[in-house]
Amino acid sequence: MLQVISLLVENRPGALMRVTGLLSARAYNIESLTVARTLDPELSRMTIVVDVDAALRQQVIKQMNKLVNVLQAVDLTESPAVRREMVLVRVRTTQENRTAVLQEAEIFGARVVDSSVDGFALEATGDPEKLDEFIEVMRSYGEIETTRSGVVAVSLDPRKLKLQPPIFTKVAIEEPVQ
Amino acid sequence: MASLMNGAKMLLECLAREGVDCFFGYPGGVTLPFYDAIYDHHIRHVLVRHEENACFAAEGYARATGKVGVCCATSGPGATNLVTGLVDAMMDSIPIVALTGQVSSKLIGSDAFQEADTFGITRSCTKHNYLVKKLEDLPQVVHEAFYIAASGRPGPVLVDIPKDVFQAQGHYIPVTSIHLPGYKVFTEGHTGQVRRAAQLMWEAERPMVYAGGGIVAADASAELRELVETLDAPAVTTLMGLGGLAANHPNFVSMPGMHGSYAANMAMTHCDVLIALGVRFDDRVTGRLTAFAPHAKVIHVDIDPAEIGKIRVPDVPIVGDVKRVLGRLNKVLAETSPERKDRLTAARQAWWTRIRDWKLEHPLAPVTSDSEIKPQHLMMEIDRLSQGDAIVCSDVGQHQMWAAQFVRFNAPRLWINSGGLGSMGFGLPSAIGAQFARPDKLVFALAGDGGFQMSIPELATVAAYGLPIKIVVMNNGYLGMVRQWQELFYNNRLSAVTLDCFPDAEKLAGAYGFKGRTIDKPSELASALEEAVREPGPYLLNVKVSPFENVYPMVPAGGAINEMVLAPPQPVAVPK
Repeated sequence: MLQVISLLVENRPGALMRVTGLLSARAYNIESLTVARTLDPELSRMTIVVDVDAALRQQVIKQMNKLVNVLQAVDLTESPAVRREMVLVRVRTTQENRTAVLQEAEIFGARVVDSSVDGFALEATGDPEKLDEFIEVMRSYGEIETTRSGVVAVSLDPRKLKLQPPIFTKVAIEEPVQ
Repeated sequence: MASLMNGAKMLLECLAREGVDCFFGYPGGVTLPFYDAIYDHHIRHVLVRHEENACFAAEGYARATGKVGVCCATSGPGATNLVTGLVDAMMDSIPIVALTGQVSSKLIGSDAFQEADTFGITRSCTKHNYLVKKLEDLPQVVHEAFYIAASGRPGPVLVDIPKDVFQAQGHYIPVTSIHLPGYKVFTEGHTGQVRRAAQLMWEAERPMVYAGGGIVAADASAELRELVETLDAPAVTTLMGLGGLAANHPNFVSMPGMHGSYAANMAMTHCDVLIALGVRFDDRVTGRLTAFAPHAKVIHVDIDPAEIGKIRVPDVPIVGDVKRVLGRLNKVLAETSPERKDRLTAARQAWWTRIRDWKLEHPLAPVTSDSEIKPQHLMMEIDRLSQGDAIVCSDVGQHQMWAAQFVRFNAPRLWINSGGLGSMGFGLPSAIGAQFARPDKLVFALAGDGGFQMSIPELATVAAYGLPIKIVVMNNGYLGMVRQWQELFYNNRLSAVTLDCFPDAEKLAGAYGFKGRTIDKPSELASALEEAVREPGPYLLNVKVSPFENVYPMVPAGGAINEMVLAPPQPVAVPK
């Protein structure tokens, strides 16, 4: 089963590499990964979908938490969380199918973001399974091209989001003895 | 207001404020500005002969003192040569700050001369690493690097500095605080768990202390001794923990694991409470996991939460600094009821009787011969001269295991070896670092003929600085440990393990201007070692030992630790 790992990381060069390095070092393939700035511009939220052996999952998350740039890494797989993904679909349609495509799009709550004589560009959001279905349906109407965003998730467990207060370390750095 | 200075001087200012008195390095193109600043600075730069050895020397310095060791290399090949040492420090949790030069900021990514992606390459072999892009970041980064290297579970931190940052002019503004929002250091340990641990310890009939490198790193020897004495528990220390409990302490059993003693492994197997302190249940200690301490409830104290439950799920997990946790544990133990202690006396006596029987049954016996020098004999002679007090920097292989078995250490930070990574070529350069750190100490660099030949360039460093290191080569003419495994598990098909053409030690040392000697008779051993120790300068002693001696006891890979092969020629399975 795929896991969803949510991380709060410092928005710094190399932070992404440190996190993904823990997975690649163990030869795990990342199914999807999204990362973007949070309200605090110094921090980024990262959502990774990956298939890690059950026995190693806790270890991988602990190792992520050890990274200096990672404030928090949590496993959202079995905890209450909302997951959403966006897909952009370009579908070629015949003149006869245009109405049917629009009706299907409406059923999936997709929006038309571009329309041309060749067909449409559609935008849909939802959980990944729903998007799979949407893509399947659109494929039945003609040639399609898709780009998926990868899953973003937010935990519904309020405790999970509580952060450790930042640690301020006073360094006793003295004048050098000459 | 501080005066204007360039980045190179600012870096030295940071090092001085961190209390660095010497560091190990090798210059190059992009570090020219830094080396220009070093020219008239009071911090001592030690010129080694290979960057890898700069890192090993910094490790030796750190391992001998507990202070952060510092090494320095230029960009590209200089930086990539540090990698083995960085991984070594990572595996053994040794605090190192590695400084590397980088090509000028504007050239990064252009395949400039001697450019390598040091930041990317060293990401997975450091605790943390930095690429400094602006001079104003430099002091903050360097002080953070020292803080990260030394705090929590120690480890190597690399700081990559482009040439233009060394050259830029700026003011040193003292750093007074470090803000690392994602860096979590656990120190205290959970009070409830400490109480539970204390209770479990009192309830134990057959307790066993399993102490590792964490005891040395946390400087927790005194606390460990108090615990062991309060409980009257037997204790083993791992390869990384040797000296953490004095070898002459009556409760010290010996080293456990693949080449541990029979008594240590049997005691680990039969204990009912395993008190694991600053250890990581390394496969070389546990053998087959399902058979490791199968009857024991486990108390595991470690500063790294990722170590708790990684290999063995403990009954009482305590995340914290082992020194502080033991301090509190000792207090709780002292406060809790003494009548329980009395109740357990009979059981404890029975436990000690069993351990003494195991010790007598299969002791780590002295092996000597009249015709050839046995490796064990060599280690016993080093032990006799050391009196538990010399620093022994070991390379990797058979000699390392024999030294761990036969050389006793009565204090921490005397036994210096590459434990986790097992890097050959570690012995001599780490001895250089240790001797600079502890000029007052007798330092042995102990290596096999394989590892020594990886370190030969550093004989020049030893000679140039007149370091009185006693280099002892246990020369069996083979890559002994590999040969042992080929003999035992690959039908004795000895493939690529024969080390022909070992240089004449007297001529080799003589070429560098110090004394060397080769011996092969048991009768010469004691006097030759004494002569080496008496010599005020360096000494290279090449000891030809019996070539086919194997390290026993031995737990074959994948075996249970109570199923040791105790002696040649026929493997003997030991009944429980």
